[in-house]
Amino acid sequence: MPANFAFPTEAEYIRFLPETILILMGTLIMVLEGFAGDGHRKGTHKVALFGLFLAMAAACYAGSNPGPAFSDFLLVDGFGTFFRMLVLTVGILAVLCSPSYLSRERADSGEYYALILYSLVGQCILATANELIMVFIGLEISSIATYVLAGYLRDDKRNNESAIKYFLLGSFATAFLLYGVAWIYGLTGSTNLAVIRQYLQTSATADPALVGLAAGLMFVGFAFKVSAAPFQAWTPDVYQGAPAPVTAFMSAGPKAAAFAVFIRVYITAFDGIAETWLPVVWVSALATMVIGNFAALTQTNIKRVLAYSSIAHAGYVLVAVAAHSQIGTAAAMFYLASYVFMNIGAFALISHLSRQGERYVQVNDLAGLSQRQPVTAALFAIFLLSLIGVPLTGGFFGKFYIFKAALDSQLYWLTVLGLLNSAVAAYYYLRIIVVMYFHEPGHATESLEEPAAGIRVASLVAALAVVVLGVAPSLLLNVASRSSAIGR
Amino acid sequence: MDPILFAIFAGIAVVCGIVMVTQRHPIASALSLIGVMGSLAVLYLLLGAEFIAAAQVIVYAGAIMVLFLFVIMLLNAGAEPKPLRSSYLAGFLGVPMVLALMGLLGYLVKRSFPLDVTVRFGDFTGGSAKAVGDALFRKYLLPFEVTSVLVLIAILGAVVLARKEMD
Repeated sequence: MPANFAFPTEAEYIRFLPETILILMGTLIMVLEGFAGDGHRKGTHKVALFGLFLAMAAACYAGSNPGPAFSDFLLVDGFGTFFRMLVLTVGILAVLCSPSYLSRERADSGEYYALILYSLVGQCILATANELIMVFIGLEISSIATYVLAGYLRDDKRNNESAIKYFLLGSFATAFLLYGVAWIYGLTGSTNLAVIRQYLQTSATADPALVGLAAGLMFVGFAFKVSAAPFQAWTPDVYQGAPAPVTAFMSAGPKAAAFAVFIRVYITAFDGIAETWLPVVWVSALATMVIGNFAALTQTNIKRVLAYSSIAHAGYVLVAVAAHSQIGTAAAMFYLASYVFMNIGAFALISHLSRQGERYVQVNDLAGLSQRQPVTAALFAIFLLSLIGVPLTGGFFGKFYIFKAALDSQLYWLTVLGLLNSAVAAYYYLRIIVVMYFHEPGHATESLEEPAAGIRVASLVAALAVVVLGVAPSLLLNVASRSSAIGR
Repeated sequence: MDPILFAIFAGIAVVCGIVMVTQRHPIASALSLIGVMGSLAVLYLLLGAEFIAAAQVIVYAGAIMVLFLFVIMLLNAGAEPKPLRSSYLAGFLGVPMVLALMGLLGYLVKRSFPLDVTVRFGDFTGGSAKAVGDALFRKYLLPFEVTSVLVLIAILGAVVLARKEMD
């Protein structure tokens, strides 16, 4: 053994502990699945939940001793820990609303939960990646697991369509990202974010145009993953076709993780060439908001409405990125946290309301919901109001901080246009609320059963989080501000 | 010598890549892909990465391509397009002429570069199996191990998507 070989220290293993736990629990689920008879398959989601809570505790523990791990491939800092906790929360909520949906579709099997855990491994890696190689591997782990989940109900045509579209376009986008990474390596001689940053700031040898081109190629990959314009076209079809709990998961978890790594790469590594990519982000942010909000106006399918709304919300987060300041980063983190709760809550309720085979996913199918199930309607209304950005909800403060950060960075036009956009958005969210509260119950709402326990818990927790973020935003904002100092 | 070899094989790789996507028949595309893989292996060799070059030939040009061809065969790629009418002379003289060309090229290379006794490609070193192993299990330990999760997901995904029916 060579003399200069050093085993990874204990602290390094601990910094990778959340991922390790998720991998072990995912594998455990598959092993249990093999031993369980046909009648004993119902318990796997409990194992998954247990693993997720364990991973959350591990993420907390790892975050208490921040630092790099495994030759700087990972960097566990406040920012990474924040997003680790966020995606693990997404995982817990998604697992909670899955069992009832899966058993209704007669597809209750352990692989589903194993895939969710593995996908979260990728997202946790993305949150803490400090190397472009880890970014790529994390993104692939997270995406491939999500492609499979989107097509989980194999006999359902819409599932197949969703999975194949997501897979083909996603692979294409990843190839762009990888090409950009290869260029960066060729230009700077490193894939480490800190080294690239230093190189771009101190050395004049790298041609700024070429570095900008490489950053642009990587932007294509990231923009696809966060469904930012002009790479948003896949979102409505994929979100509509995938099983509702999976849509809940993939509209929140992979998106938050992709934003985390997007912000980290561009703020850390490409900070020196910020003037080349900031205009691109500016244009993309505006286009994303406009396309998302205006396309949502004409949709009649709730899943598509929420898919376009999720595009629009990616635009708001891009506004925060375009602000290019520490306040902007903190605002993006806060916004993503509140977005995750309102979005996953809304999709959890949709997986309850859609019934078997997702027959009832039109807006009009919600007619008179408030009379049949007042609690469900009220919860749904809370999520929609938060998506609009009404005061006393997390969505309001999310938008508030983002536009404040944009104003601080003198992005007046983007702020004005963004605010106009959120006014447009109010229309299609309010339309759903009007249908729920002021229309006579139709035959879709007549046959509605009580929501399953898991969905009830998930949506209550999400609604509680949305309201708490709206009443006492400083709880989370302080954490976000403290953890937003990346790359400095 | 290096830039010339690089130009030749980079050119072959690009041409084969273009041919691969423009071919109508999947088998022809797969064969062009072998061309891409082979010339990539030479490019790796030029960079002094002999281990990667060997792995490229064995894994990609060998194993993965065979798998591709199996899949294409099993999926019944459809009838082959009608072969072009080839002349009798070409069939008769083709192989000897290619051999003659290769011999001539080899002779020219040997005459132009008589001092290259041992083969040494490029100015790069550190691509031996030992160096790769060192890098893989020390600096790149984490990405290497995490890639196993990626492979595991691929297998799991294939199982989920290929099972016969829901239970």
